[in-house]
Amino acid sequence: MSENNAMTELRGVTFDGEKLAITEYLSIDLDKETWHCRRCDQNLGNARGPYKEALVVYEREPSDIHDPVIDPEKYAFTYSPDPEWCRIIEYYCPRCATQIEVEYLPPGHPLTVDDLVLDIDSLKARHAGDPS
Amino acid sequence: MNKVKAPSERSLIEQFLDDNVLFLGPDPEIMNDHSVSIPNEKELAAVEAWKDRADEIHLIRNRLQTACNESFDMVEQMGAAPGAKWGDLVSCIFSCQGDLSLASAGGMLLFSVLAQHPQKFILKYWKDDPTVGVREGDIFMHNDARYGNIHNSDQSLSIPVFHDGEIVCIVGTIVHEGENGACEPGGMPGGAESRYDEGLKMSPLKVGENFEFRKDLLTFLQNSVREPKLQLEGMKSKLHACVRIKKRVEEIIRDYGVDAFLATVRGTLTDTEAEVRRRLRTWPDGKVKTNVFGDSTLRENVLFKIRCEVIKRDDELIVDLRGSTPAFLNRANNTVLASMKGMLAQLFLMFVWPDLPRNQAVFAPISLLTDPGSALNCPPEAPNAQSMMTFFPAFTAVQSAVPKLLFAAGFRSTDIISCWYNMITTFVYGGVNQHQEFVGNVCADLNGMGGAARATRDGEHAVAPIFSSMADIGEQELIEEEVPMMKLVPHKIMIDNCGFGKYRGGQGYQQIATHKDTQSWGYMVNTLGAKFPTAYGIFGGYAPGCYPLCKVKGVNVFDVMKDNRELMRFTIEDIMNEQPFPGATYSTHHAGLQFELAEQGELYMITQGGGGGYGDVLERDPADIVKDWGDGNISKRTIEKIYHVIMDYGTGAIDQEGTDQARAAERRARLARARPFKEFAAEWTRAKPPQNLPYYGSWDDPTVLHLGSPDKTCPADAIEPVIMPDPKDVEITALRAELSALKGEA
Repeated sequence: MSENNAMTELRGVTFDGEKLAITEYLSIDLDKETWHCRRCDQNLGNARGPYKEALVVYEREPSDIHDPVIDPEKYAFTYSPDPEWCRIIEYYCPRCATQIEVEYLPPGHPLTVDDLVLDIDSLKARHAGDPS
Repeated sequence: MNKVKAPSERSLIEQFLDDNVLFLGPDPEIMNDHSVSIPNEKELAAVEAWKDRADEIHLIRNRLQTACNESFDMVEQMGAAPGAKWGDLVSCIFSCQGDLSLASAGGMLLFSVLAQHPQKFILKYWKDDPTVGVREGDIFMHNDARYGNIHNSDQSLSIPVFHDGEIVCIVGTIVHEGENGACEPGGMPGGAESRYDEGLKMSPLKVGENFEFRKDLLTFLQNSVREPKLQLEGMKSKLHACVRIKKRVEEIIRDYGVDAFLATVRGTLTDTEAEVRRRLRTWPDGKVKTNVFGDSTLRENVLFKIRCEVIKRDDELIVDLRGSTPAFLNRANNTVLASMKGMLAQLFLMFVWPDLPRNQAVFAPISLLTDPGSALNCPPEAPNAQSMMTFFPAFTAVQSAVPKLLFAAGFRSTDIISCWYNMITTFVYGGVNQHQEFVGNVCADLNGMGGAARATRDGEHAVAPIFSSMADIGEQELIEEEVPMMKLVPHKIMIDNCGFGKYRGGQGYQQIATHKDTQSWGYMVNTLGAKFPTAYGIFGGYAPGCYPLCKVKGVNVFDVMKDNRELMRFTIEDIMNEQPFPGATYSTHHAGLQFELAEQGELYMITQGGGGGYGDVLERDPADIVKDWGDGNISKRTIEKIYHVIMDYGTGAIDQEGTDQARAAERRARLARARPFKEFAAEWTRAKPPQNLPYYGSWDDPTVLHLGSPDKTCPADAIEPVIMPDPKDVEITALRAELSALKGEA
């Protein structure tokens, strides 16, 4: 690929200083191979592993977020998820408490710990020399 | 030991078998292959001859695109089916080998990638068959989803275009016609218990010659459905629209020559696939996992899982859906694999690369892995009339995965977007209308799904269906001229009805329906998500909520409100909570309602869903909250408890300092109540699904599928068929047990 083409391929990528933005709240330091929170720069662990293991987690009662629209005393279905079927799992940055992810899961369903696994070697090769 | 046959003997046997095929069912070679055909010699020669004339090719492509759009408009204006009138259709041009190369810009994008199968079947089996053949003026139709398309309510019509005695392309139109003579009116029977409950089953069929329908076949088709007039009108409008595209193709061949045409049709496919691969190369390599859950078969509440891994490698994408729910052999919520591919393909056409031509090459670099016998790749005998009930959740599984790869992509042609609402929340109706005709079809209100939040702005309210960028919800007054249904509240946005986030999803509307002046009328609803949300947020945004069916029975609201207009309420919330009609029965249900006759003046109420949220609620700009409050779309509870914004509700003034303090307090509260991941996971995670959950699909191991209980399982590569009991039998058994217990007590 020519240099000009390479630049074109990378035009949509965002860098926070030296770190490559991966999602709204996550970036990767390609040199140190570490995940980071994009709001407070908290180190969230090895970029070759799951960032979620560095977060703190809370189980939400669904009606906290989805308030019943109709009276739960009168009706079986209320516009709020059934807590016997559905729970909300919130993941926060351990430093700034930004809500980085939310999962809706049946009670006790394994957490999706490895929801995002990137090929770090390929990423490093692609961004070698960036940001310019 | 088997005796090895001599070559001549083998040939004789093979010839005999070829000549005596008992049944030409769906061809796996056609149905399982979504790649673009290898170009034939004429196509290669044409592309070579025109390789340096890109400007003219571009001009021809635009003329063909315009021809497809023109044909689309014709069907939309002439068609009688609600689906035709409101844009649930596509007009298209297939290559001489049956690949869909160009499709109309509006309408049903998912048809763009799953309409080719019947054309390939016609070319493979009928073209050289002496009893059928493919000639100038022939008209072919098809509707059975096992040979292509989404479900049997869609009917395709196509005609071959010849030049110098050879097929140069096929032109076609596919429309959601609706009514098809199934076990329930309207063509999408949620109550179908076998494929034989799904109504009309046209395998690719020659229905006319010399551009005229054969009267005997036309009569057969009309005789097979509840709306014979609609069947005729639908066929005529599709035929005329196809003839118009054919005329435009012939004009182009006259102006530029046949090679230019062949080069354009083939080149559009080749260029599209090359461009998709170029774009994929700019995505980071890696793997994203998501899990999505559906809560109903439409007959009963079950919890089924769609397990998804999206793997990006160089210029290809692999969508691995293994570990998802097994098929339900006597329920309608299964999909043919090809139908699901179409749904997933239009995710990329509509939400990722809407600037690309609408054709099947968009999906060529993407491959799918499924378990045969799962609900996503169902066995031939499983009904699939409500295939949407599994391929919509599968769509959401992929849609929620893509942003995690697209965010760091080098090339994007859209904003990063959360999950669109994904259910067809509308009424299907059937009965005798005010003109004394039996009718059965679907209301176009399904097209007003709430849009998802994006990385830069809120989702739009009730904007478009998940499968079509441009489709209308229809004019209520016009609809009331044709059917005796009326919406006492047709499209009123429901407060708080969206996924919350830094940017919120678009909101959906509530619909309160009733009917009058008919001897017989009934309703169906086909929606999941009354217990478990069906769409989700991304990057910390929340899902929209749940959506039940609400009914008010045992009352004729026209009678009771005749002299008491003050009884009317204009929201589902007020009707259900205040119960204003004395003596009526008020109830809620999951929103999988099989066809149910209703009395005049009874109320059936549903709510169109909202889009998923994007980002952390604590980052939402308070000015956006004030706007939502001014529009009447958000409650004080949500402002204070979800967004932690302090404002003056009278003036709309924001208390910035108070808001900053409230949000800082909530951040501290988050850290105080949360626990480190490993500690939380150790306590949270169970080895099996809970005992009380009728759970289907994998739990922690994708190679083991649960079959409705924590202990009943099967291997994912040898799926045992799931057969559900009749819900009425279940209820009778429970009532008998209750009666028996009461008798014992007595």
